[in-house]
Parts: sequence; C-alpha cells; structure tokens
Amino acid sequence: MTTHSHPHDHADEHAHEHSHAHAHAEPMPDADAPEADPSRWIEVSHLHYAYPDGYEALKGIDLVVARGEKVALVGPNGAGKSTLMLHLNGIHEPSHGSVRIGGTLVERRSLGRIRAAVGLVFQDPDDQLFSPTVRDDVAFGPLHMGLDEEEIHARVERALAAVGMSGFERRLPHRLSLGQRKRVAMATVLSMDPSVLVFDEPSAGLDPRGRRELIGLLRALPQTMLVATHDMRLVAEVLSRTVVMDDGRIVADGPTDRILADATLLEAHGLEAP
Amino acid sequence: MELDRAIARDSPIHRADPRLKLVATVATILAITLVPVGGFAALVIAWAGLTVASTVAQLGPFRLSRGAFIAAPFLLAAVPLIVVRTGNPLGSIGPFTISGEGLVMFATIALKSWLSVQAALLLTFTTPFHLIVDAMRDLRVPRILVGIVSFMVRYLAVLGDEATRMLRARAARSARAPGGRGGGSIGWRARVTGQMVGSLFLRSYERSERIYAAMQARGFEGTFRHLAAQPVRAEAWAVFGLLLALLAGYELAAHLVLPRA
Repeated sequence: MTTHSHPHDHADEHAHEHSHAHAHAEPMPDADAPEADPSRWIEVSHLHYAYPDGYEALKGIDLVVARGEKVALVGPNGAGKSTLMLHLNGIHEPSHGSVRIGGTLVERRSLGRIRAAVGLVFQDPDDQLFSPTVRDDVAFGPLHMGLDEEEIHARVERALAAVGMSGFERRLPHRLSLGQRKRVAMATVLSMDPSVLVFDEPSAGLDPRGRRELIGLLRALPQTMLVATHDMRLVAEVLSRTVVMDDGRIVADGPTDRILADATLLEAHGLEAP
Repeated sequence: MELDRAIARDSPIHRADPRLKLVATVATILAITLVPVGGFAALVIAWAGLTVASTVAQLGPFRLSRGAFIAAPFLLAAVPLIVVRTGNPLGSIGPFTISGEGLVMFATIALKSWLSVQAALLLTFTTPFHLIVDAMRDLRVPRILVGIVSFMVRYLAVLGDEATRMLRARAARSARAPGGRGGGSIGWRARVTGQMVGSLFLRSYERSERIYAAMQARGFEGTFRHLAAQPVRAEAWAVFGLLLALLAGYELAAHLVLPRA
C-alpha cells in the first residue's frame, strides 16, 4: 500500500471540497504572469506533512524544478514520494511549509487553478478512470474546469491523439488492456492542458512493449515532469535529473548520470543501478 | 463479472434513442401490469409483441422468453395466493383448499412478471449499460442515484476481478496432505470466507479514497458535470408516440374488449 491511500485522511479533503465550489472559474497560472519565474516553476519549501494519525510522512522537503525539466523521484516504498506528489495539486495540505506552482501558492483559494495546472496520473488506472466510457473520463477534467462544450470536445480529441488512443472515445475502460488504460489515464490529465505532469509508477505492471510505448510517450511530452518510479532504466532513458527520497527527506538531488553512477548512494537507499 | 448484458447487433431497436427506449420499457411494463386479472388473451398478445421485438432486435424469437425465467424464484411469494383466496374450491392439499380464483390470480401474476422481465431484458440486451445510465441522467433521475449506478457499473468488474484473484489464491493454498482430509471444517471455511469478504471491503474502501483523490486532482468539487445531451430526433419522437398510442390502445382493449378467464 502506498501512502496516498492512507485510510484516515479524507475528513479534511471534504472540508476543501465545500469551501471552493467556484474556484474552477479562475484562470490558470500563466507563464507570462509577473510572479512566474520559469526557473522556479515548482517550488517546494520546508514541506512537512503528518497524517492525521500522527505518522510523519514528509520531514522538510525543499525542491525547485525549472519549467520543462524532467525529474525522477526515486526511493524505497514509504519514502514519501506519493505523499509529496499529492501536495503538488493540493490533495494534501502541508502541516508546515509551502508549495508553489508557476508562482501560485497552493492553498484553498487557488485549488481550481492549481489542479488545472498540475496533472496527476495515479499508479492504478482503475483509480483514475472512474467514468463509464473513455470519452466521459477524458472530458471530466475540462468539464470541471468550466470550459465550453466545443473546447471540451477539441481537447478530448487532442489528448487522445497525444497518447495514441484516437478512436477509443466510446470504449469502456475495463475492456482495455493495462497499457491502454495507462495511456487513457494520461489523456485524462493532458486534456486539462497542464504545465506540470506528475506520474506515480507509470511503468508498473506494463509488459516490455507497453513499457517501450510509455517511454516514447514520456520523452515526447513537452511538459515539466515529475515521475515517481522504481524503474531505473526508465529514469536513465527519460529523466535528466534524479531526486532520491528516503524516510520523508530528500537525500540526494542531481543529474541522473551522476546519481545512477553512485552505487554506494543507491545501495544505502534500497535502490539499484539500471 | 459484468453488469453490461448488451448483445452487439445492428437493429432498429439497438439504434433507437436510449432515453426513449428507457421510457418505452417502463411504459410497456406499466401496460402489462395494468392488464386485469385473468386477461390471458391480452397477455398472449403482449408475449407475441415481445417475441416480434426480440426477432427484430436479431436476438432470435425466444431469447427473451427463455431469459425471463431468471425471475421465476420470485414467484414463490405469490404461491400462497392459490390457497389464501376464497371462492370456487377446486380441491385440497392437506389442510389447504385450492381456490379457482386464487389459481387465476397466481397465473396472471406469474405471466405478468415473466413478460415484464422480458421487456426489461429487451432494453438491457439492446443498450450498453453506460447509455442507460446517461439516459437516466438525461431523464432527470436524481444525480446521486445515477452516480451510484455509474460507479457500480464501472467498478463491479474491478471488484469481481479482485474477488477472483483472492479465490484463486485461496484455492492455490488449499492443499491436502497425502491421505489426509482436505478443506478443513465448515467453521474454518466460514471464517476464511468472512476474512476474504472483510479484506475485499477494506480494499474497496481504500480504492474509493484513491478514486476520490483522482477526482479531486482533476478539479472535482462536489457536483458532477456532464456534456450536454443530444436532442431526440423528430423521427424518434414519432415512433415513440406511435408506440405509446399502441400501448394505450392495448390497455383499452385489455379492459373493454378482450375476454377474461
């Protein structure tokens, strides 16, 4: 079980829910806005998070990612990777510290904008694809952003084309293969036109062909990317920077070649070189 | 395990607007239900109509008739009518007197439920389930109900897969020592089954939390939004009107013209 499925944390999420019924009407963070600095597109400062039962999942995270950078987030299970990812679009609220995306502070007031700007792709596509048909699911994000119908249809088409799933609009998610479901899950966030994509274990469970397709897709996507994974070959092929987490902290951060060459570091944190 | 019972064929009934199909199905069931007790001629006509529909939908003429027997167990509830109703005694079984009126009433109920299930089957055989859900929404069925049905459609299959995997894992470890008795006692089996149900519940609960997080991540704020529905085409309205008129005529005939037992 990953930390984001923690059984006690939904009470405060309901609180988010009702206080921001109209946040979706606000515009998305904009690269041209005066406060947006492309070199600090994702800015996590002194982030601490404890689950309601007291378990401290994040113990002071500082992380800056530039626009367009592709970053791997690696570390053993329970290191806090998933918990960190859930902070990036405000599913979790920091106990201390802050998260900024494109200069916008992640807080209750900005949730609508943040969630349009940060696309979160969950590990299990069965969690992500909850609508009866592929089209309904890919349209879900744009619909809840308050876009008009024509724009929604255009975005659905574009997002499915981007992941090579055009023509699957009317298909039912549970009749698709895992690889296809993973790609549709990506389309469900691409349709929101996010500037940041966050993936949790994108290659888990894929067969070699599905994995190759995924790697090709990740390389082709231009967005800023944060990928939590145990798949070190994927890291080596796609992601130029690697952040190593262990026990709620960042223990190493640098160019992927350098991190992957450091056998002692990898060994110390339960990882292996590709 | 799947809820979707749609059989892919190309027929006018398959192509019909799901909203109208749903309303027409409810209207047909209502018409069958309102046939007077003993109106067997009317019920035979209804059966003929459904058989024709089954043929038109390329399901084979008796697919619906056969399929509708799944509801037979529910008829047990109506069995007491045979002996509880008074009038025209036909004979007796032990302390119970079989009444002719009771028998006619039971037969009417049996036929009506059999025919009503056929009407419902026609809908589910010719309409993918997600379209029925969309139709419910367009017909202003309360959103919370539509939401529940929609999630059930999506996740029953996932839950079924999980249950299958657990059963397989149990089977794989249910070995038997050479010469020994396998399987354990009934009590032990019951306990294992109970634990499996419990763990399935927990897994579903955790899944629901992850789904909710995934919904929030894409901007869900407590109310579902949906793409606007396509308007119903004029020809579809015409066919629908004709069908309703037919059903009304059928109902009048059942009450005023056709013979009753």
